[in-house]
Amino acid sequence: MRVQDAAARLSGYSHAVLVVADESGYPLSVATSFKVVDGTIEATPVSALPSVIRDTEEARLVVSHIRPYPGVGYDQRRYIELSGSLSVGGPAWRFTPRAARGWDEEQLSFPELCQRAIPQARHYLAALTAERGRKVKPQMAIGWRFFLATRLPFLSATIIPVFLGLAAAAYDGRFSLGLALLTLLGAGAVHLGLNVANDIFDTLSGVDDANFTPTQFSGGSRVLQYGLVSLRQMMGLAAAFYATAVVIGLVLVAVRGAGLLWLGLAGVLISYFYTAPPLRLVHRGLGELCVALGFGPIMVLGTYFVQTGRYAVRPLVLSIPVAILVMLILYANEVPDRVADGRAGKRTLVVRFSPAWVLRGYAASAAAAYLVVVAGVISGVLPWPTLAALATIPIALRVLRGLREHFDSPYQLMPYLGKNVTLHLYTGLLLVAGTLAGIPFRR
Amino acid sequence: MSGSSGLGYHEGVTGPAAAMPEAVVDLLNSALVAELTVIDRHGGLRTDPLIPFWDGRHVLMTSSILFSRKLEDIKRNPRVSVSLSDPVGIPARPFSRATIQGDARVIDEDLHRGWMRLLPLWEAKEPVIKKFITPLQKLGLPLFWERAIIEITPRRVYWWAGGDTTRDPEVRAFQPVAG
Repeated sequence: MRVQDAAARLSGYSHAVLVVADESGYPLSVATSFKVVDGTIEATPVSALPSVIRDTEEARLVVSHIRPYPGVGYDQRRYIELSGSLSVGGPAWRFTPRAARGWDEEQLSFPELCQRAIPQARHYLAALTAERGRKVKPQMAIGWRFFLATRLPFLSATIIPVFLGLAAAAYDGRFSLGLALLTLLGAGAVHLGLNVANDIFDTLSGVDDANFTPTQFSGGSRVLQYGLVSLRQMMGLAAAFYATAVVIGLVLVAVRGAGLLWLGLAGVLISYFYTAPPLRLVHRGLGELCVALGFGPIMVLGTYFVQTGRYAVRPLVLSIPVAILVMLILYANEVPDRVADGRAGKRTLVVRFSPAWVLRGYAASAAAAYLVVVAGVISGVLPWPTLAALATIPIALRVLRGLREHFDSPYQLMPYLGKNVTLHLYTGLLLVAGTLAGIPFRR
Repeated sequence: MSGSSGLGYHEGVTGPAAAMPEAVVDLLNSALVAELTVIDRHGGLRTDPLIPFWDGRHVLMTSSILFSRKLEDIKRNPRVSVSLSDPVGIPARPFSRATIQGDARVIDEDLHRGWMRLLPLWEAKEPVIKKFITPLQKLGLPLFWERAIIEITPRRVYWWAGGDTTRDPEVRAFQPVAG
């Protein structure tokens, strides 16, 4: 914080605390009133007898403010600590500041302050580790660590396309519960493997360390930044998920034939090379396309193929709206990450586009998702009850409005990023329900 | 809450180290904020606002490892000062001001659970805190909940009636605790 900026903000404080070292070597802090006069601060003389406050080059002037919030706590936290020299004597003491530090939660949110302080936490833990001769780590129950590291709630992005493939197969009169469960397990393993691998490579490339404004929807799981899980453990976890996916995929290929092999292979490769070198697809502006393909046509068509042993147009058309909407989850989540992503060379579409074009891109993509449903019904490919998916248009509009109003405010954007996830979830579920509801009407 | 015009003594506590003036106890028990000053590695002064608590013998504060520079400073030099100065952040009536100089100790053997003994005192001042310590809520900022306790044994207390620091304070010196 610059001294001039700090001095300009002093008028927002009712009093100050003058801090010096006393003759016995203790800090001595005494409240006083003050006013700023020509770059120096005039403080009302105080008495701390028997201690005597003398002229010193090492004084501090501290101002702080909170607003009590009865029954809750307080807010509006801010403080400034000025370092400088103090000259006592006369009707007003003169404090000449030479450095300043401080925090104002209206200028820097508390979550961001915490993220910026992570290196200090690591430093403290390292010092404790050295002092005690054993590793001192932050603690969290293993179940919660797994929940956090895998970003488990985002599995809805996998469940929806698998359900959609199953619904399309059921519409065509085919359904096997055993194969459905196996498909869900395999697809889920690919997705969780992707999440974990994404954290590993974003940490190795410095993207996640450079991100001070992560939200629950963006910026990765942060388990590596927090020291909750080691890089080695994350690598083991990713390998376990991918191995599970590959084994299940091979079983399904054995059951259904090689027609599934290429689709499954594409899914695993897209998932892995999403952030992994040398391809690092997300760094090349291809992340959105990869996510759309992986969580859209690949999963819907793959699921459909496992159930029916063939590919068809209907599941392909059904997959397009959810592909677009899952792509929009990533796209909107990249908005709060765009500064850190840009610094780390992760050239996502949101980094490449201007804010106005990011918003246009969101609106056009969401509109395209709904137009595909309408066109699918008009052309007779989709059963008419799938039009129920249009009921989520108001959610899309709310998300768009939130993006427009809070484009530069990561934490105010969070509720809208949450709505964006529900947009995909609800639209997908309505497409599933609409497809199943269409079974009695099929020709 | 004390209505006294001078330094009284907190009842029910014995021994010189525990004789914190009642008016200052009132300030400590109602303060939502106090300014803690420590001496940094270069011998300079560093002040941070924190919530103070009083357990009958010590001024207690808690700090996350995220903001642990003050903890490192205290480990190097335990001499600290706590200022109770803010008429808005300290809803004690009648309002007064106090400064407590003392020797601080960092308690960080169990960063995850050790500080929880302060939770009842913390909740009394900031009730919303209990909503933030559920496992799901903690996922958002897990390192914030890895915390140390700062335990300050008072050595000298300055008290200004009415909060007027231009007047001479009443001063109470504390004997070092034996053992």
